[in-house]
Amino acid sequence: MVELRYEITQTAYIKLVLHALKHKTAAVNGILLGRVSDHKGSTVVEIEDSVPLFHSHLGLLPNLEISLILLDNKKLEVLSKGKDRSPVMQLFTRDTSKSWKASSSIDDGSSRLVTKEPSANAVLLDYISSEKWQDIVDFDDHLDDISNANGPNVRQFIPDPQEKEKKGVNPDKTLAVGRRRKPPHPLKFVILSRCNIGLMGAPLLKKKVAKVGKPPPNKKLKNDLFRKKKSKKDDILEASESQSDSEVREVQSESDGEDGGSDFESGASSSGDDPLADDFLQGGGDEEGISGSDADSDESDIEKQARVLDERRAQEEEDAEAEMQLNIKDESDEFRLPTEKELELAEQGPPDLPNIQRRIQEIVRVLSNFKVLKQEGTTRKNYMEQLKKDLASYYGYNEFLIGVLVEMFPPVELVELIEAYEKPRPICLRTNTLKTRRRDLADVLINRGVNLDPLSKWSKVGLVVYDSQVPIGATPEYMAGYYMLQSASSFLPVMALAPQEKERVVDMAAAPGGKTTYIAALMKNSGMIFANEMKAQRLKSLTANLHRMGVTNTIVCNYDGKELPKVLGPNSVDRVLLDAPCSGTGVISKDESVKTSKSSVDIQDCAFLQKQLILAAIDMVDANSKSGGYIVYSTCSIMVLENEAVIDYALRKRDVKLVPCGLDFGRPGFIRFREHRFHPSLEKTRRFYPHVHNMDGFFVAKLKKMSNIKPNSVLSAPSEAGELPSVDGEDDGKNIEEARPHLDVTENGSKKNKGVLENGGIKSKEERNPVSGEKRKREKGKFPSKEEISRTREEKREYLREKMTSEKARK
Amino acid sequence: MRTLDENETTQVFEKIFKFTGNNLKNIVESPSHEGPDPEPGRYCFRLNKNRVYYVGESLVRRATNVGRQNLVSLGTCIGKFTKGGSFHLTIQSLGILAANAKHKVWLKPTSEMSFLYGNHVLKGGLGRITDSINPGDGVVVFSMSDVPLGFGIATKSTQDCRKLDPNGIVVLHQADIGEYLRMEDDL
Repeated sequence: MVELRYEITQTAYIKLVLHALKHKTAAVNGILLGRVSDHKGSTVVEIEDSVPLFHSHLGLLPNLEISLILLDNKKLEVLSKGKDRSPVMQLFTRDTSKSWKASSSIDDGSSRLVTKEPSANAVLLDYISSEKWQDIVDFDDHLDDISNANGPNVRQFIPDPQEKEKKGVNPDKTLAVGRRRKPPHPLKFVILSRCNIGLMGAPLLKKKVAKVGKPPPNKKLKNDLFRKKKSKKDDILEASESQSDSEVREVQSESDGEDGGSDFESGASSSGDDPLADDFLQGGGDEEGISGSDADSDESDIEKQARVLDERRAQEEEDAEAEMQLNIKDESDEFRLPTEKELELAEQGPPDLPNIQRRIQEIVRVLSNFKVLKQEGTTRKNYMEQLKKDLASYYGYNEFLIGVLVEMFPPVELVELIEAYEKPRPICLRTNTLKTRRRDLADVLINRGVNLDPLSKWSKVGLVVYDSQVPIGATPEYMAGYYMLQSASSFLPVMALAPQEKERVVDMAAAPGGKTTYIAALMKNSGMIFANEMKAQRLKSLTANLHRMGVTNTIVCNYDGKELPKVLGPNSVDRVLLDAPCSGTGVISKDESVKTSKSSVDIQDCAFLQKQLILAAIDMVDANSKSGGYIVYSTCSIMVLENEAVIDYALRKRDVKLVPCGLDFGRPGFIRFREHRFHPSLEKTRRFYPHVHNMDGFFVAKLKKMSNIKPNSVLSAPSEAGELPSVDGEDDGKNIEEARPHLDVTENGSKKNKGVLENGGIKSKEERNPVSGEKRKREKGKFPSKEEISRTREEKREYLREKMTSEKARK
Repeated sequence: MRTLDENETTQVFEKIFKFTGNNLKNIVESPSHEGPDPEPGRYCFRLNKNRVYYVGESLVRRATNVGRQNLVSLGTCIGKFTKGGSFHLTIQSLGILAANAKHKVWLKPTSEMSFLYGNHVLKGGLGRITDSINPGDGVVVFSMSDVPLGFGIATKSTQDCRKLDPNGIVVLHQADIGEYLRMEDDL
């Protein structure tokens, strides 16, 4: 702290000392008001005035805070007094860090404090001898004795050079010490609310009025009123907050002598300008009119008036309430769907958002108790239609997406889900266990000013960040690879995969590398990871992340996922993670464009791609691996077509089965959905929703490969034996799939494929167990007879012809 | 992907030697636990598209499946050859260098960020420094909490450093971990 000299005026000094003197046995607190000025090269704090505040509270913080808050001075230096006459002073300065720090302590106040007027001490002695200190009043005095409630007058001024500042202490009773100087800069003073019921003595008023010389007539009236109302003071003290506040709040208590008079006067006259003065002038005048000295007046009139006013107010409130109730009742009882005319009208103008939202809520309410609440003559369908339209227009979805969501969720949950999509999920980060531990990382980050918590009990490496003073993606720890920013849902597929050390793992869609680095961390940099990414521009971030996190066991390659089995060889790895490219309907909170850009064709294309990828993934895995043989399929989408349908397809196409993911929270996947019927083991898959689990919409499924065969006819019915013949032996499955993308989606399409494979299996060059294949075939029926064989061959040829023509037609 | 030839190998080893001295032996001969084989193999250096990778043998063998066009990265990249044929170490080699560094420098917390922005290390930011540094030696820069921040070349010996004024440069910056954010594309 810079060396500061303090110059204290006589007024302030004397008030200060006398205040302390008055309460010899207590600690006294007060505020010194002044300004910092620079002259003669040194910084000087000139203390203009002092406001004695309290003497009964040592725990001064709440009161002090209130009073300080009201003081409108940002750079406030407070000298708060300690006990005793010889103050042990502690200087508190408020600096930008918003903490009060003790800047220095002065053992002997006089060493730093200099009085401007040397005569101060003499005057002081005089006052002491005449026991003037009895008259000092501070904020606490009213607690001692209510009649003593002539508190300090602190009144807020809208700066007006004409108006004079008020002083801290009631001048009537106190020492109007010193002449009031007009300081060069106006100081601001504040009304201390609820701390005092500053009452002015009538004699004082008169005195002031006399001094000023122009008592406005209304004032006199007020005086009378006020005197009568004086006893209301008691009421005020105990009355309900609402009433007394308005009365007391901007109490304008008087200040000393001239200032007070002129203040009040000018305040009164400028009540128009001074918004604070306003009605409260009445109130203020109130108090002023009733002085402590004048205790007995006629109360009943005032009381009656007050009561009348109160009653009127209460009545009005009641009326307002009743009306509101009426309005609400009207609306709710009569909720009806808008007629066509209304809809047309609404479409003409801009959408009326609050109205739409209200309607959404109403419809949800009706639907939840349909029998009772429904409108005559309308069906559930009508309500749903209207709901869909409203949701689409209010939240910005296209029809398709809303339709899909409506099919998946009941109305209440639907609204919850959509609301959850509007807000972002919390930022999470994952500790890199190759370099540090979660505890240590949390400590370091907390030291940097990040507010974080462990993620959940299901993760030992996750942390969720609430807020942060430093950019969380640019700390030195991030750059050193101690953690990775990742959403909570991305932890799940890797946790389900559970890679072991010294295994071979493939991550088929690896960029930007969050899951790959997690896998490497779980494997402790042993074994081998193939990280594959199809898009070249995402490869950079993948390699950068791998190097940053200190992963050394990874080979990064740039292939299309479908080609990977050819590159790496079939049945060669232990585990595969396929975080498939999807429509992104689970991460709408990150990317709003999904709301409007997805259509049914997009979903079908995604599903087609995912089916191909999952077959490739399954083909890469070695069923006979010692520790592995698992495939984890995950998407960040909630569409059934992209999730359960793909898994079901895989179950039918390959010899795999679903195993529990190891994630016990999360909803089980659908076994049936509208017209789809899936394999019952699909309840082992897991779905995650933002409104339930507070993470992005996600789907995880874990498959175990039972054998390395590519079965052809595991689940097909015998009647399909004669169906569409296959085209060519080896790639029949894949070719047919590629040739008929749109049929894949439906049940029928897949059935046809099954039939195809069944026949194509005869020619398949895949490694097969002939015994089991035959067994499967025989399950369905006898050996096909000669006629059947020839018939199937004919059909094959026909089909080939058809295919050629249809392809030509397409092109 | 191919192995390094004589010339390239000498260049790489020279650069690494500046930082690690005799610990170079450790780098070359340490057992590698990567790869699915039960016994640890050795590490070797491979060159792919002008970048040199430090990778375990078992990984290398399996990476031969991947086509040249499609292979992006193996193990750890330690540096790259410029068009002029000289070899520069990149920041991704920090892990290896830091583990085997002979000469180290620790930075005060206040000057960490400055180094991470790419500035040289000034005498005023120096916390600790190992002895027996000669000018032109490779130095690895750490923070006071022993987090490796990057590396560079020493300008003065340890003794001379003590006599420098606070704004003198002690370590010329070569690479720092801030590059992961600043220059992700160039890595």
